[in-house]
Amino acid sequence: MSTLTISGGNARANSFALSMLLHDTRYRSYTIQIIALMGLMLVAAWLVDNTVRNLATLGKDFSFAYLWTPAGYDINQRPIDYDSQMSHGRAALVGFLNTLVLAILSCVTATIIGVLAGVLRLSNNWIVARLMTVYIETFRNIPALLCILVIGAVMAQSMPAPSSYRDAGALALVATNRGIYIPEPLFSQDWGSLNLGVVQPSLNAIALLLLLVLCFLAHRALVRHAGRVQRLTGIRPKTWWKSLLVLTVPPALLLAAMGFHLGYPQLRGFNFQGGIQLGNALIAMWIGLSVYTGAFIAEIVRSGIQSIAKGQAEAANALGLRPGRTMRLVVLPQALRVIIPPLTSQYLDITKHTSLGLAVGYMDLRSTLGGISINQTGRELEGILLMMLIYLAMSLLISGLMSLYNNRVKLQVR
Amino acid sequence: MASHEISWVRQQMLAQSAPPVRQSGVLRWVRENLFNGWLSAGLTVASVLAIAALLMAVGPWLANSVWQAGSLNECRQILGGEPGACWAVIRDRWPQLIFGFYPAEHYARPVLAFVLLFVALAPLLFSRLPRKLLWFSVAYPGLTFWLVWGGSLWLPLMAYAGFAIGAMLWRLAARLGVVLGTVLTVGGTVLWWLYAAGEAAGWLAEHLLALALVSVSSRELGGFLLSIIIGVTGIALSLPLGILLALGRQSTMPLIKTVSVVFIEFVRGVPLITLLFTASLLLNYFLPPGTSFDLILRVIIMVTVFATAYIAEVIRGGLAALPRGQYEAAQGLGLNYWNAQRLVIMPQALKISIPVLVSTFIGLFKDTTLVVFIGLLDPIALSTAIRASTDWQGIYWELFIFIGAVFFLFCFAMSRYSMYLERRLKTDHR
Repeated sequence: MSTLTISGGNARANSFALSMLLHDTRYRSYTIQIIALMGLMLVAAWLVDNTVRNLATLGKDFSFAYLWTPAGYDINQRPIDYDSQMSHGRAALVGFLNTLVLAILSCVTATIIGVLAGVLRLSNNWIVARLMTVYIETFRNIPALLCILVIGAVMAQSMPAPSSYRDAGALALVATNRGIYIPEPLFSQDWGSLNLGVVQPSLNAIALLLLLVLCFLAHRALVRHAGRVQRLTGIRPKTWWKSLLVLTVPPALLLAAMGFHLGYPQLRGFNFQGGIQLGNALIAMWIGLSVYTGAFIAEIVRSGIQSIAKGQAEAANALGLRPGRTMRLVVLPQALRVIIPPLTSQYLDITKHTSLGLAVGYMDLRSTLGGISINQTGRELEGILLMMLIYLAMSLLISGLMSLYNNRVKLQVR
Repeated sequence: MASHEISWVRQQMLAQSAPPVRQSGVLRWVRENLFNGWLSAGLTVASVLAIAALLMAVGPWLANSVWQAGSLNECRQILGGEPGACWAVIRDRWPQLIFGFYPAEHYARPVLAFVLLFVALAPLLFSRLPRKLLWFSVAYPGLTFWLVWGGSLWLPLMAYAGFAIGAMLWRLAARLGVVLGTVLTVGGTVLWWLYAAGEAAGWLAEHLLALALVSVSSRELGGFLLSIIIGVTGIALSLPLGILLALGRQSTMPLIKTVSVVFIEFVRGVPLITLLFTASLLLNYFLPPGTSFDLILRVIIMVTVFATAYIAEVIRGGLAALPRGQYEAAQGLGLNYWNAQRLVIMPQALKISIPVLVSTFIGLFKDTTLVVFIGLLDPIALSTAIRASTDWQGIYWELFIFIGAVFFLFCFAMSRYSMYLERRLKTDHR
C-alpha cells in the first residue's frame, strides 16, 4: 500500500498504468503477442484434447509399433530387397527410396528439357520458337495429374506386348506395355556385400564409386594446378588429355578387374528376364513430371536470360567473345542468379508431385506408408504425420542445398 | 585546294535499286528465320519432321471423328477398323463431366451461378465498371451457395447477418480499445455463426417464408463444377489470408513472425495430397467427438490453407521488392500501420506480384484435380468412372483431350488476364 503511493507520487510521467498495455505502442505489441500465444496454446490444447478423446473412443493408441509388424503387401518397384513378409517400416523405406529415385530422375530431365526449351523459345529460328511456345503454354495450363495419366495411358495402351519380341533374342533396350527394360551391370567377380543392417550394398559398387570420386578429385587437382601455373607464368598447360586419362583409365581397369559385363533383357516365357525393368508407373511418372515441370523451368530460364541487360551481351561481343562464349561466360552466370530461386521451388514441386504416383500405381512413400499401410493397420494419424514429416524433411533439405548453391553464385556485394 | 582537282562530282541522288533477290522478301525471311546457320537449319528440319510425324499420327485419327454413337463398340463398327476419334463419348457424357451427378433437372442452377460469377467478378477485374456492382460481388458467395446446394436462402442470409452483428459490436466495443474491441467483435461474430445462425435460419424458414430450393448433397457435385467451386473459393479466400500471413512474416513481433514462418514453411514443405488426406481422414480426430462436416467444405479449407502459404510467399516477394523509402515515406506522412499498408505498401506490392500471383492461382486451380485421391468426383475421377462403364470401356484420349482442353481454356484465360492487368497498371515510364 505504501509503496504504491510512493511510486504514484514520485513521477506520474514514468508510472505504468494498465491501459498503457493497450494504448502505448511500446507495450501493445507485448499484449498482442501474449494474447496470440494464449490463443495458440488454447487451440493446440483443444486439438490435442479432442485427439486424445477421439482415440480413446475408438479404442486406439498413438504408437509407431506397427512399423515393425509384417506388411503383407507387395511392391512392384524395389530399389532394395523387399517381400511381403517384411515390416511396414521396410515398406515405407522402399516407398521413400522410390520417391527419391523418381524425384532425382525427374529433376535432372526436367532441367534438361526446361533449359533446352527455354533457350530454343528465344532462338531466332521461327518454327522452333513457335513449337516451344506451344509446348510451354500447353503444359503450363493443364494439370500435372492429367499429364501423368496421359503418359501412363500411352505406355499401357500403345506399347507392344512382350510377346511381340518373340524372336528378337537379347536386346539392349526393350519398350513393352509392362515397362522399359534396359541392360543391367553385372560383375563376374563378386566381392561380396557390406551388411549395413537396413541395406546390403555390393562391395563392387562401393569400390567403383570410391574410385570415381578419387579420380574426380585428381582431375580437380589437375585443373587447379593448371590455374596456378597460368597465374604465375601466363601460360596455361594443356590438361585435357591428362584429365581424360585420369578420369577414364583407373575406372576402366577396375571394371576389367571385376569382370564387368552387361546383362541384356531376354524374353523367357511371357516376360523379359534379366536387365533392369523400369516399370510403366515409373516411366509414366518420370516422363510426365519431366515434361510438365520442364515447361515451367523453360519459362524460368527464358525470364532469367531476358532479365540480363542487352548491353552485357553487346559488351561481350565488343570484347571479341564468340556467341557461345558470350552465353557461357557472360550471360548465363548472371542469369543463374535470377534462375536459381524459382528453380528451387520447381524442384520442390517435383518432389511434392511425386506423391501423385498412386494415380498410375507407382509405389512411392505416399502409396506405401501413407496408403496401403494405413488401410491395413488403420493408423491414419501416425502414418500421415510420419509421411508429412518425411516430405517436410526432404523439402527443407532441397531448399537448404539450393540456397547453399545460390549463395555461391550470388552477386558478391561489397 | 584539293577540291579543285576533283574533275567530276555527282549532283543528284541515284535512284534506289532493288535489293538482290536473296536479300529480300520471302527468301530473306526464310534464310534469316529458318536456315540461319547449320544448327538452325538442322533444328528447322527436325521440327518440320516432328510436326509432320505428329500430323501423320493424329491427322487421320481426328479426320475420322465419330460424333454419333452410343458406345465404343458402335464407334468401332462405324469406323470399320480405321483409326478414328470417338467424340461421341463427350456428346454422350458431357453433362457428367461438367456437373458430376448433379440432378439433371436442376442444371440451370449451377449454370446461373457460373454466369453470375462473371457479373460478380467484373467490378473486381475491370475498374471502369460502376462501384455499386461490388455489392453484388459481396452477396455472390451466399447466393451461389444457395443456388448450388439448395436449401433455404435464410442460411446464407444469417451467415451474412454475422458480419452485420460484427460491425455493430465493433461500433459498441471500439471505445474499449482496439485490442479488446477486436476480441469482442470476432468472438461475438464467431459465436453467432457457431450457435445462433443455424437456428435463426431454421426458425425464419419455418415461421416466415421458406425461400427454399431443392437441396442437393455434396456427394452429387462433381466434374468441372466441383473444380470451379473449390478453385474459385480457394482463390478468393487465400488472397486476403495470404496478405495477412505475409504481413505476419514481416512483423517485428517475434511470436507472430515465428508462427507465420513455421506455418508457411510447413505447408509449403508437404504435398497438397497429405493435406487433403488430413481433411478426409484426420480432421475427425482433431475435432470434438461427433462433429462431422461436409467433405467439400473440409477440402476447401485445406486447399485454402495450402494456397494461403504460397500466396503469402508471393506477396512477401512483392514486399521485399519495394524500396525501403516507400515504408519510410508512409511513416513520414503520419500514416499508422494499417493505413500505410492499405494506401501505400500493398497497392504497389500487389502490382509487383501480379504475374506470380496469377500463376499461383492457376496452379491452385489445376491442383483441384488432386481431390480425386480422397474420393471426390473431379473431372479426372469421372473420366475413370466413364471408362468403367460397359459402354465406354477402353476409351482414353478423347476424355483426356476434353478435360485438358477445358482446363487449358480456364488457365490460359487467367494468364492472359494477368498480362492485361500488368499492362494496365504499368505506371513506370519506360
